[in-house]
Amino acid sequence: MVRYIIRRLFALIPVILVLTFIVFAILSMTPGDATTIILGSDYTPELGANLRVQLGLDRPLIVQYFHYITNLMRGDFGMSYVMRAPVLDQLRPRLANTAWIVGSAMLLCVSFGIPIGIRSATKPNSFFSQCTMVFGLMGVSMPIFWLGLLLILLFSVKLGWLPSSGLDHGLKSLILPAVTLGFNYMANIMRTTRSSMMEAIRQDFIRTARAKGVSEHKVIYDHALGNALMPTITIIGMDVGTLLGGVVLTETVFSIPGMGRLLVEAINQRDTPCVLGCLVVMAITVAVSNLIVDLIYAYIDPRVRAQYGAKARKA
Amino acid sequence: MQATSTARPFTTKKEFYAQFKKKSIAHELWLRFLKNKTAVMGLIIFCIIVVVAITAPWITNYDTVVIKMNIAERLQAPSMNHWFGTDELGRDILARIVYGARVSLLIGISAISVSLMVGLVLGGAAGYYGGKTDSVIMRGTDVFLCLPDVLLALAIIAAFGNTKLNLTIAIGLAFSPKFSRVVRSAVIGVRDNEYIEAARSIGALDKRIISRHVLPNSIGPIIVQVTLYVANAILTIAALSFLGLGIQPPTPEWGNMLASGRTYMRDFPHIVMAPGLAIFFTILALNLLGDGLRDTLDPRLKH
Repeated sequence: MVRYIIRRLFALIPVILVLTFIVFAILSMTPGDATTIILGSDYTPELGANLRVQLGLDRPLIVQYFHYITNLMRGDFGMSYVMRAPVLDQLRPRLANTAWIVGSAMLLCVSFGIPIGIRSATKPNSFFSQCTMVFGLMGVSMPIFWLGLLLILLFSVKLGWLPSSGLDHGLKSLILPAVTLGFNYMANIMRTTRSSMMEAIRQDFIRTARAKGVSEHKVIYDHALGNALMPTITIIGMDVGTLLGGVVLTETVFSIPGMGRLLVEAINQRDTPCVLGCLVVMAITVAVSNLIVDLIYAYIDPRVRAQYGAKARKA
Repeated sequence: MQATSTARPFTTKKEFYAQFKKKSIAHELWLRFLKNKTAVMGLIIFCIIVVVAITAPWITNYDTVVIKMNIAERLQAPSMNHWFGTDELGRDILARIVYGARVSLLIGISAISVSLMVGLVLGGAAGYYGGKTDSVIMRGTDVFLCLPDVLLALAIIAAFGNTKLNLTIAIGLAFSPKFSRVVRSAVIGVRDNEYIEAARSIGALDKRIISRHVLPNSIGPIIVQVTLYVANAILTIAALSFLGLGIQPPTPEWGNMLASGRTYMRDFPHIVMAPGLAIFFTILALNLLGDGLRDTLDPRLKH
């Protein structure tokens, strides 16, 4: 198992390198000149040329990228063109806000989506199950930015229960953003759990287990769930990316100073280092969460565990 | 039907032979699709939206109604004159929704055409040739898949600006890695069939085999994904416009209508209702249609 983890960690390095290079290359194609943004009204051709040499923008792309990545490994994300301060200083406080929202949305989805999906699968023709299917379909079709606005209208404007913006009211102010962000995700998890659960229940080993006289609870939660959870875990992992895309919208709707908001502001101000920093952090997050999913997979799936366990024993 | 028809005398030769004619697969699939009530509903809603988008110039006037401000009538609640009310500049929201459908559908469908083209080439090659080609292309898409599609689109827009063409290309490219995977798995599903081997044995070139035999036979799952991804693309355009990075006002787009209406929604909630519903129903229709098509076309569910 340890060998597997180490091997996968090493495989992550080229992925992150290529990923950062792609983002770097796309953003370096920005037409116009960074120096005009930095110098603003002070711009003269000579000053511009000087600054370009100073920033290393006159060098080939691959050299620039090499500089960027070596700095990045020391935790230096470069200097923001607009704020004239290190990008990292802007990222750090906002990262926590984003992590809170994404984390709570995820927690909410997993703790509701999976149980509802299971229950809906065990009684596929019940009223409850029909309701969850309608809810699931609506959930995946709901634009989250609109959902956010509707929730604000209902819970902040009409009822006055929850704050409509910012994160200053602690847990209370986290509820609406988390629900907004998690809505699609929960619907997706629920639908996946339901369908894979229904498939698992039809299998022969379930019939065998029932025939042996195993209690229904144990059949569902021990025998079926272990096999049905794989697709759900895949979806949970794959959708981290979608969540990070959604967090940009959620933070805009609720005016939360997070990384998504920073990204949009940076794009509007054409602050390339800042855009790059945000995208790199997000991309690495997705790559790492994919890795975590793979590891969980390996942990749960006895076949993978046995394969590496056996090798480790031989070695 | 055949039992009863033999009892009836045939008036023409054509009618007589018609009863022996095998129904086409497309016709059979169509009949199976019609049995799926929710999918048919999705198709109907989507058709209505398409018709509205196409006939928009006959429904309302772009220059005098859709983008011209009319301060005297600003922020009116829904009424007989303005079914969905008016926005903060006194423009009829219904008219803007109708024109917004044109933008969303046009960009959504053309963006997916872009990703379909990229996906067919990359996924087709990866699936058909397998081996090294496959692993190189798939490792490439793996890396791109680490970048959420909205963020990839944002990066492209950040670099090149947000014209309609750039938006289309950005969204198209953002979805192509996923498409390549879909095409690849569909192609792998038919690659080892005997008719492919037969085509190869009579000396057909790879190019011909892929375009004439492999792709037409793997079209089912691809169509399903096209439907679902058009929904996704429309959602992405609306999201980008909502962030102020997509379609710019005064051009009406559902996302930017929501963004500009946000400021006024506390006192005039109607302003965010119609655009949101428009997005919701479009996405819902395409999702219903896609799910229905999957049930119809997916061979795993065939009885």
